[in-house]
Amino acid sequence: MERIENVGELQEIAKRIRRQIIEMIGAAGSGHPGGSLSATEIVTTLFWDVMRHDPANPKWPDRDRVILSKGHAAPVLYAAMADCGYTPVETLNTLRKLGSIYQGHPDRRFIPALEASTGSLGEGLSIAMGMGLAARWDKRPSRVYCILGDGEIQEGQIWEAAMFGAFHKLDNVVAIVDYNRIQLDGFVKDIMEIEPLVAKWQAFGWHAIELDGDSIPALQAAFAEAAAFKGKPTALIAHTIKGKGVSFMENNPKFHGVAPTKEEVALALKELA
Amino acid sequence: MAVETNFELKPGMATREAFGHALVELGRENPNVWAVDADLSKSTYTSLFAKEFPDRFVSCGIAEANMVGVAAGLASCGKIPFAASFSCFVMNKGFEQLRVAVAYPNANVKVVGTHSGISIGEDGPSQMSIEETSLACSLPGFVVLAPADEVAARALIRAAAAYVGPVFIRTGRMKTPVIYAADQRFEIGKAIEVTDGDDVALIANGLMVAEAIRARGILAAEGISARVIDLHTVKPLDRDAIERAAAETGAIVVAEEHLVDAGLGVRVAQVVGETSPCPMEFVGLTGYAESGPSDELLDKYGLRAVNVAAVARKVLGRKKS
Repeated sequence: MERIENVGELQEIAKRIRRQIIEMIGAAGSGHPGGSLSATEIVTTLFWDVMRHDPANPKWPDRDRVILSKGHAAPVLYAAMADCGYTPVETLNTLRKLGSIYQGHPDRRFIPALEASTGSLGEGLSIAMGMGLAARWDKRPSRVYCILGDGEIQEGQIWEAAMFGAFHKLDNVVAIVDYNRIQLDGFVKDIMEIEPLVAKWQAFGWHAIELDGDSIPALQAAFAEAAAFKGKPTALIAHTIKGKGVSFMENNPKFHGVAPTKEEVALALKELA
Repeated sequence: MAVETNFELKPGMATREAFGHALVELGRENPNVWAVDADLSKSTYTSLFAKEFPDRFVSCGIAEANMVGVAAGLASCGKIPFAASFSCFVMNKGFEQLRVAVAYPNANVKVVGTHSGISIGEDGPSQMSIEETSLACSLPGFVVLAPADEVAARALIRAAAAYVGPVFIRTGRMKTPVIYAADQRFEIGKAIEVTDGDDVALIANGLMVAEAIRARGILAAEGISARVIDLHTVKPLDRDAIERAAAETGAIVVAEEHLVDAGLGVRVAQVVGETSPCPMEFVGLTGYAESGPSDELLDKYGLRAVNVAAVARKVLGRKKS
């Protein structure tokens, strides 16, 4: 796909994706708006600027790959993939309905272009490691991007995979922590503190970059730095705002896993117009 | 009592060792075959593969959950990864990953569990896998194999590599007698009728096949004709062979080195119930065992030919004349 570097254009796309997220989850009547909205700039920057991929040829062996390890943010991934042309835009609002390809969490059986089926937290980074190993062995330029939730990294398997990535020097893998500070039961710091995050990834042998994850230029710079960094995988500690872009959803733990009402959908779409 | 069989059961290597050799052969034939390990390569014999193909051997450290995920990632890029560990570790610690990263997307991952059953001996129950057949069979889409000897292990490992989709292969630590000729053919899902017999069918897998063959000798001395069936594929079951055995003998014994209420036996019973119902009896484990020499453990926990023969007499007593 042709890359778009222009920040203004990317911000317009991000706004479009956000509207789609709100509409989808509103139509579904259930889902996870907060973590989809917080990952919108990350996903937009990856799909439209950073990744080498071809929606007309989803199995292109040299493609870059993205794994949404925080699978509950499926709406942001579906909106992006549909907008790119992988799947139909017109059926996005069948999300979570019987027979829909847009399952509650990403499911390769329904969308073969997905790189992984996710939904059980903690699993994506290990899969990314296997892909990174294979790409290196096959001497392919592919890079693997794994989007993690901040609460998700409380799972032990993440740190098994982190050790693995450093040991095997998988510099073609990038983990992005969507650090929106809220998980299902409340604020991360109150459920199970994950700080010091940068020091943790560094201690596990990763190159760590802390950035504003709602800023497209900051993401562009961080992804470029990660691509240039050799010998270690890179972790982006991306500070984001849960529910970003919709005033009444921002930093509101309620919207981790609750759909907006009809009235809230209308309000949100007005804000995102 | 002297055991008479049609077979001379010669000593052979452990099925885990046969796996290690078969994996090296596969590695030579197919550059897409990988080994993924969790610090047990010397015990699982993936060390043989590591020596010849160090670049396709992936050390994961003691981290089975990650190991399974890495294998799934490799598989999604066209590799054929064999993830090996003790059965109890990979199936229990890696189960959630086998479910979501392997079974659910139908990833082409091969899982080899070694040190299955109580015959591992002195290390004791924390290392003895007696539940994992049930776990593996519970995963939709998984093929589950349990070879009886080195010939079967080699052939089924090769069959697993050729099959596209997730496979679990159950192997053991203990050396097992050689049952099959080197050129015996094995097909996933196709049972082997090791001997014919009309009075009772002895269905077994793993090291219990050799015990069933010995039990057949004991029963023959009493004038009882026992059919021995090696059900090396626990899933999908060979329904035809089971139905035939039920219809033609009218009495079935299932023997396995596994929890008796969660493995091969209950699966066979379902097919018997659905096809040609007949009396059945079961040989297997009822709980956790203990440390000890393998042979003494098999004696104490009732996984011997004499136990199979005793249960065969019992089922014959229930058989409708």
